[in-house]
Amino acid sequence: MPQGRSPILELQGITKSFGGVEALRGVDFALYAGEIHGLVGENGAGKSTLMKIIAGVHPEFSGRFLVEGKETRFRSARDAHAAGIAMVHQELSVAPDLTVAENVFLGNQPTSRLGLVQWRRMAREAGEQLARFGIDVDPMSRLGDLPIGLQQLIEIARVLFSGARIVILDEPTSALSPPEVERLFATLRRLRDEGTGIVFISHFIEDILRVSDTVTVFRNGRKVAETPASTTTKGALIEAMIGRGGEALEHSYTDDLMLPAANGGPVVLKVDQLSLARSLQDVSFEARSGEVLGIYGFMGCGQQELSRILFGKLKPDSGALIVDGSQKSFASTAAARRAGVALVPESRRAMLFHQEPVYKNISISILDRISAMLLKPAQERDIAQRQVEQLQIRPPVVGLDLGMLSGGNQQKVALAKWLTYPPRLLVLCEPTRGMDVGAKNDVINIVRDLRAKGLAIIVLSTEPETVLSLADRILVLKRGAVVREFKNEPVSKDRLLEAA
Amino acid sequence: MASSEAVSGAARRPRGIGSFLRSQMRNIAPFLTLIFLSLFFAFASPSFATLDNLGNILTQVSVTGVIAVGLTFVILCAEIDLSIASIANVTGIAVAYFTVQESYVNIANIPLPGAAAILLSLLLCATLGFVNALGLTVIGIPSFIMTLAMMQIAAGISALLVRGQIAYKVPDLIATLGSGSIGGIPWIVIVAAVMLLAGHLVLTYTRFGRYVYMVGGNREAAEYSGLNVKLILGVVMVISAVCSGIGGMLGVAHFGSAQQNEFDTYLLDSIAAVVVGGTSLFGGRGGIGNTIVGLFVLGVLNNGLDHVNIDSFLKILIRGLILLAALIINVYAQRLREKAAE
Repeated sequence: MPQGRSPILELQGITKSFGGVEALRGVDFALYAGEIHGLVGENGAGKSTLMKIIAGVHPEFSGRFLVEGKETRFRSARDAHAAGIAMVHQELSVAPDLTVAENVFLGNQPTSRLGLVQWRRMAREAGEQLARFGIDVDPMSRLGDLPIGLQQLIEIARVLFSGARIVILDEPTSALSPPEVERLFATLRRLRDEGTGIVFISHFIEDILRVSDTVTVFRNGRKVAETPASTTTKGALIEAMIGRGGEALEHSYTDDLMLPAANGGPVVLKVDQLSLARSLQDVSFEARSGEVLGIYGFMGCGQQELSRILFGKLKPDSGALIVDGSQKSFASTAAARRAGVALVPESRRAMLFHQEPVYKNISISILDRISAMLLKPAQERDIAQRQVEQLQIRPPVVGLDLGMLSGGNQQKVALAKWLTYPPRLLVLCEPTRGMDVGAKNDVINIVRDLRAKGLAIIVLSTEPETVLSLADRILVLKRGAVVREFKNEPVSKDRLLEAA
Repeated sequence: MASSEAVSGAARRPRGIGSFLRSQMRNIAPFLTLIFLSLFFAFASPSFATLDNLGNILTQVSVTGVIAVGLTFVILCAEIDLSIASIANVTGIAVAYFTVQESYVNIANIPLPGAAAILLSLLLCATLGFVNALGLTVIGIPSFIMTLAMMQIAAGISALLVRGQIAYKVPDLIATLGSGSIGGIPWIVIVAAVMLLAGHLVLTYTRFGRYVYMVGGNREAAEYSGLNVKLILGVVMVISAVCSGIGGMLGVAHFGSAQQNEFDTYLLDSIAAVVVGGTSLFGGRGGIGNTIVGLFVLGVLNNGLDHVNIDSFLKILIRGLILLAALIINVYAQRLREKAAE
């Protein structure tokens, strides 16, 4: 850490609460120019909240906020932006219907003296900027047509090259492939050397250690450690994060892992020659009761479409779905649910009601089993309370609006929706994405419990660790086709990456 | 007011009074508006705050109230139904078309027994609602456009049935409910109250009602929860059309005649009642309780402006401004809530 210099950003005694729940308690934080500052902590530890305060998203908090030694108060994200602070949020915020170039220049398109947009200049400059970042795309193509990973890179590039003095990246690597991560890190280091202050939040502790100069650890809304990255280890950080011995908590999966011999119960789902234009080609596989089938592949390999077809949200062009021996053509998600299929999509927003209390979120999928016509709120609350306790959802208050919960706890609620009356087939998309070690382990244990109960489970993920930590058998999907099956054999992160 | 959210959530939420008031703004603001308007007219005109006039107001908002029941369902789902007034009109005309008219009424109608006339008319409005539902859910036409087309279709059917004439007779049951009274209370007020109550009970205490709120709150999440969103939306469009039809039949009896364009003002009035009451245009928030307050705000405003002897052209402008104010509050309340929930 640079000695003797004053920080470009300094926060003192920051406290922030949401409706009585304290998210931050007296946190001090300092960022220096020319520094990459890594931030780690479990879900709900307060990292994102602190960053949103810095980026002006949460204008109300108590404590002192200094930019270059001067006390400042941002009233909006706009104020923060004007002060040279830019943030890449965890959830993608791009305009999919605009061109790549328009997205890069969002809000400050180059204009001629008459105020007309200079399209050619904009396209050229966008292309140059992206090329510096190692991205080779046509700047005039529609952003929404690109793979999600690329969209995320373009968003990051936009923020990095916006000329901001302070850049905050919240989980920027979760949708990126390894080479894309390398490119991102190279760019971050270059910007650091040019004097930008960078805050980097990630659950991938190896990434944090590789790219950061300083690492700060959060736990329960408090800062519990701050250390130079060069003098700490993964184990030490994990221990600080969760406050208990964390040695064996996270596998790195670099060594071979032996997949079990087929422990197949009866076939619950048979997928035969499934095809969907531009997404899937002749995909066939079976999912068995009491088995977790992992499906791994890079972003855009067709996983998302496959999961939607299984849940009746998308219709395949050809091919058959056979559930419990009878062929199905789901007219709606309701039909899929009645046939015993359940889906937890990768986006929490897509399956939760943020303005409704937790218990309504949990009961919505099973209301028809609870009540014929009239609602039974007391019973709904009981059922929800049991799930909340079983999954250790915090805070354990079923009447609280879902939006008050942290991301990891919301993810658990998404899972809880399906668990009171377990389905035959449970499809989980990215079940542990963006989660901390503790919550990840909780989810892994829940999935193992469900497997023991005889559910057929399919886990789709773009993170090798997720698939490796959960699956008994692994399919690798590449450009919409199954290219490899791992079963009853050794498998590792390297082998998976190689196959994909 | 008596929206489900106020009943179930308020008492248990461990929050400060300030954030509670903020989250309840959509319920409180219309209520304050109502009290303010009532007090204003009570002071401005001695004839306003009388029991007789209260009866007038209730009667005046009844037809709007019946139509607004169905529209509340639609708006809670974050959809819109612009065909309500036209469907009310065509259903009112149909029930007269199937009734024996006086000899001087020059309409080639088909007289049927009263019960058959009523059933056929209900079937007509339900069918039109079903067509709305098909367009919205199966074909995927946005409700704004679909019901705009239905507005024309229903007006067209009306025109073909009456051909510029006016019919007067409706079945006895409809005549009684529309223009009769019992113990001094107009039947039409009782019907409106019963329908509003029924709507409230369905929305608050039934599974279907919960689905309506959830579909309105986050349609994508409803679908990923395995709800049949299209079915729910379709049923809501049919409910809206049937409520409109009932309002239309009662209205025809109330006005004493059935003719073209008779219900035109009811489109705006019904939408205004629902929205002024605080039901969110973005769906998922509000309810019949809000609609009742909205009905009274409109009723008091229309009636009160008559009592203070104001330029009748200015009246229209004032109504427009009040509606604008309500829309601003509606959007603002949504934003406050989202902030509170973040």
